[in-house]
Order: sequence, then C-alpha cells, then structure tokens
Amino acid sequence: MRDVAILGVGMTKFGELWDRSFREIGIEAGLQALVDAKMSSAQLSAVYFGNMAAGSLMDQEHIAPLILDYAGLGSRHLPGVRIEGGGASGALALHQGYLAVASGLYDFVVVGGAEKMTDVPDERGNAIASATADHEWEVVFGATLPSLWALMARRHMHEYGTTREDLAQVSVHDHEMASRNPNAHYRNPITVSQVLSAGPVAEPLGMLDCAPLSDGAAAVVLGPLEEARRFTDTPVRIAASQVATDTMALQHRRDLTTLDATVEAAQRAFRQARRAPADVGVAEIHDAYSIAGLISLEDLGFVAKGAAGREFASGRFSLGGTGPTVNPSGGLKAQGRPFGAVGIAQAVELVRQLRGDAGKRQAPRATLGLAHDVGGTGATSVVHLLERVN
Amino acid sequence: MSIARFWRETPRRYNLGGSKCSSCSTVFFPPRSVCPTCSNHRASIGRMVPFQLSGEGEVLSYTVVHEAAEGFDMQVPYVLALVRTTEGPILTGQIVNLDPGQVRIGLPVRATFRKLREEGKAGVIHYGYKFSPREDDDARRPAAPDRDEASVRATGSAQGPGVA
Repeated sequence: MRDVAILGVGMTKFGELWDRSFREIGIEAGLQALVDAKMSSAQLSAVYFGNMAAGSLMDQEHIAPLILDYAGLGSRHLPGVRIEGGGASGALALHQGYLAVASGLYDFVVVGGAEKMTDVPDERGNAIASATADHEWEVVFGATLPSLWALMARRHMHEYGTTREDLAQVSVHDHEMASRNPNAHYRNPITVSQVLSAGPVAEPLGMLDCAPLSDGAAAVVLGPLEEARRFTDTPVRIAASQVATDTMALQHRRDLTTLDATVEAAQRAFRQARRAPADVGVAEIHDAYSIAGLISLEDLGFVAKGAAGREFASGRFSLGGTGPTVNPSGGLKAQGRPFGAVGIAQAVELVRQLRGDAGKRQAPRATLGLAHDVGGTGATSVVHLLERVN
Repeated sequence: MSIARFWRETPRRYNLGGSKCSSCSTVFFPPRSVCPTCSNHRASIGRMVPFQLSGEGEVLSYTVVHEAAEGFDMQVPYVLALVRTTEGPILTGQIVNLDPGQVRIGLPVRATFRKLREEGKAGVIHYGYKFSPREDDDARRPAAPDRDEASVRATGSAQGPGVA
C-alpha cells in the first residue's frame, strides 16, 4: 500500500439551492477540485461518488455515469462507482477512493458527494433520512431519525447528568463557526435561549438541535503522495481511513449512549496513523443532532465518557480554546446536511484548515485533522485522519 | 409498503415471537437465524428456536415525538420508548394510556395490541405492539380519550399480545 494525498478540493454552497440541479452541483464541485489540483480530467483514472438516496429523492439511480456524462467525460469510459452508507455515504466513498489509490490500481481519482434534499417536501425528506434507521423494527413503530437520537439524549442526561443547556451549546457553537463560512447553510448566530425555546421535534430535541435538510456537493482529488508535488505545494496526506459498523437498530446496541462503531473506527484510525486524540488540532465531527456532537467527542476519545457537556461549556473546542477546534465549518447543524456530500465536505474543510487557507475560521495548531461521519444512528461510522505534509 | 411485506412479520408484530439460541440461551427479538453473542457463530446455525416474549418490561428511555414519522401525523404528540423486556431484548414502541408528562425511565409497562399507522385513507392499516403502564393502570389514564380506542374496538381485541 502506498501513501495517498489529497491534491485538490472543491464544494458548492450548502443550502436550499432551488435553482440548481443535482447534475450542476455535482459537476461544479468536481471541476473546482480538479482546478484546485491544477489537473486535467485527462489524467483521471476513476470517479467515486457518495450519495444516500438519489432514487428516493429524484427517481434517479445509477448516478455515477450520469455525473461523468454531464462532466463531459462520457467518451472516456472511466470507471464510475456510486457508494451508499446512509449519512456516511460521502466518507465511505472517500475510503473507497483511498483504497483504490493506495492499492496502486488507480493513480488519480475524484471522490465526490452530492445530495439534493429540497426537491421533495420536508416530510418526505425526513422520511427518506429515517430510512437509514431500521425500517422494520424502528420506523414502522413510529421512530424518526431525530426521535432515535432523542432516546440517546434522554439516556445520556439520565446516566451522566448532561443538561438541556449542554445540548444547546453544540448548536450555538456551530452557528458561531458558520457565521465565518460563506458556503454555510445558516450563517446567523443563535443563543442558548433560542435553542431552548425553538419548537420541539422529539423531546428533549427541538428544531435548533437538528441539522437541516440541505442541497450541496463536495469533491476531492486523490493521488499518490510521491507525485503530489507535481500538483500542489501543500499536499495533505490521508494518515488513516477507517470504517466500522454496528447493529442496524438502536435497540440492539450494547450501550445507548455510545456509538461502538465510532469508538472502533477511531481506535483503528489512531493505530493506523500512530497518533493519539491529543495530537488532533482540528476536527469535523458528526453533529446532525446536538446530542450526536457530544457523544462523538466522547467516542472519538477527545473527552471522557459522560463529560462532553461540561467540557464543551469550558470553551475548549472554540477557535480560542485549548482544542481541538471542533467543526470550524459550522458542522452538519450550520454548514448544512446534504447527506452524501457531508463526509467529503468535512475533508474539504480539513484540507483548507491544514493548508492554513481557512481565513477567519482558521484553527490554530492545524497540523493533524480528524473527520468523522455517521450513518443512521451509528450503524456505520467512518473516521479519517488528514495530515499536513511539510 | 406492500401487504405481503407487512403480513409476513405478523407473528412478530402481533404476538412478540422472538428466538432463543439453544447454544447460549440468549433471547432475541426480532428472531435471528444466527446468534450474535455466541463467539462461534457456526455453533448457533440451525439451533435458534422460537421463543415467546411475555410482553412485560420497563422503560429504558423515551421521547415525546412532535414531528411524526410518515403515517403517524394524526398521533402527535406521541411517546416513543425503548422498553427492556423481562426476557432481555429491547423493543422500540409507543407508550399509550398515559399522559406524556408522566412517562419516566423505569416505568413498568406491558405490550398491548394496537393500530400502528395507516397508509393514507385507502391504504393498508398496520397493527402491532405498543406499550401500556403496568401499575395503577386506571389512575394513570389521561382525561382525554385514547386516540387508539377506535382501532382496538375495530379489531375486537383489547388484549395485549403474549399476555393471554
């Protein structure tokens, strides 16, 4: 296996992109990434594409050749692979692209992710997202994705004394970060009292504890590290790429307040990179629901089990904190949640941070970054470690 | 959802039929064909036997749902819970016959047969288990009429599954 580098990154604005089609945003992100890598599409060997639910959302399956076709690459007959893993589809696609380059099978690949959540009514979009939980034994009985995370939240509050305010802080933090990110879905700062008084979704979670349904696309160009200097002065090495799975339904988990898949993926990633959580300077973590942000910090090893609420309150995860800086992009809550694009967008943000190109939201000590993407209630968890190459 | 897709699960959804591994004696719901707790999976193949849950258990966690799952719009706000059964498996289901404000972790409950949802006005009606408080049943009954009463009368079965 050879070292793999990210040579270029691109992403569209996230939000309600009424005037833009799935094809347009997918292609825009991919072309931006190629331009950023100063690479011609003639050099590409393959394309991997993360997408959760194009069939349910747009009655369109088979989207890898679709995107290649409209990117003007149809006549190249490149390998094109679509990858699905619920909300973790993007990070899973990145894992597959990484394997392809690391193995030596392909030299240069584009890994993209896109989702168009707003071409269906919100209720339908929420139902499609809830299909990443166990339909037969959860959804049929009235469960939704936020309600399952609410069950984890209630249990976390019961076992560890986590408060409603602790949860709210995660959303406040994300909106504060996103106010510095021109691509974010929501750039308005919010307060704890606004989070607490927002309409209830599934108690204790309210509207402002939940990430939105967004449209958006993101892409990265991968290549062998040994050739990276031909394309960029600032290559970023993929120091680890790890995937773990768990039971489909929350009801079958060992512990209702821990995502064992995240614990496993993180431990494997730190072993692969021979690094520890304390080495991470910047992290993009799964926080589709405020409780998810807290549980992620615990399961990734940044704080002790049950302590995330209190640690968050200390401010250590903010730009001026002791770190790691968490979700400088604004996270899923505020940068937005176009499901299949999320994992790629996390990598895009980390590359910008590691290059020192993140402008007003630049994290200090950004030499090692962690990206963490989750599908459903934690049946899939993907962890990447990205490292600046000097 | 097609009729067959729901119908084939009726032994589980109506009667709480689970399975038990005759190698390690662990009980599962829904039933499994391979035991996840046996370290040697092959030992369990062909040795998973049917096992009937009693339907009794206690609330492990709960939420009051205001933004409903598809087909549940008419039921909001409803309580969704994780119930640990006395035999071990944890089930996801609604808590009924109790004011949402009175649900708590540790509440003893019993499975009860109810209408789950309708697929539109002309679609299939799904039935299955929900959970009802076990102690002081009458004292905890809300003043408002039970939304599910009509469906229970329609099926002629007010009795919970696995309780007979």
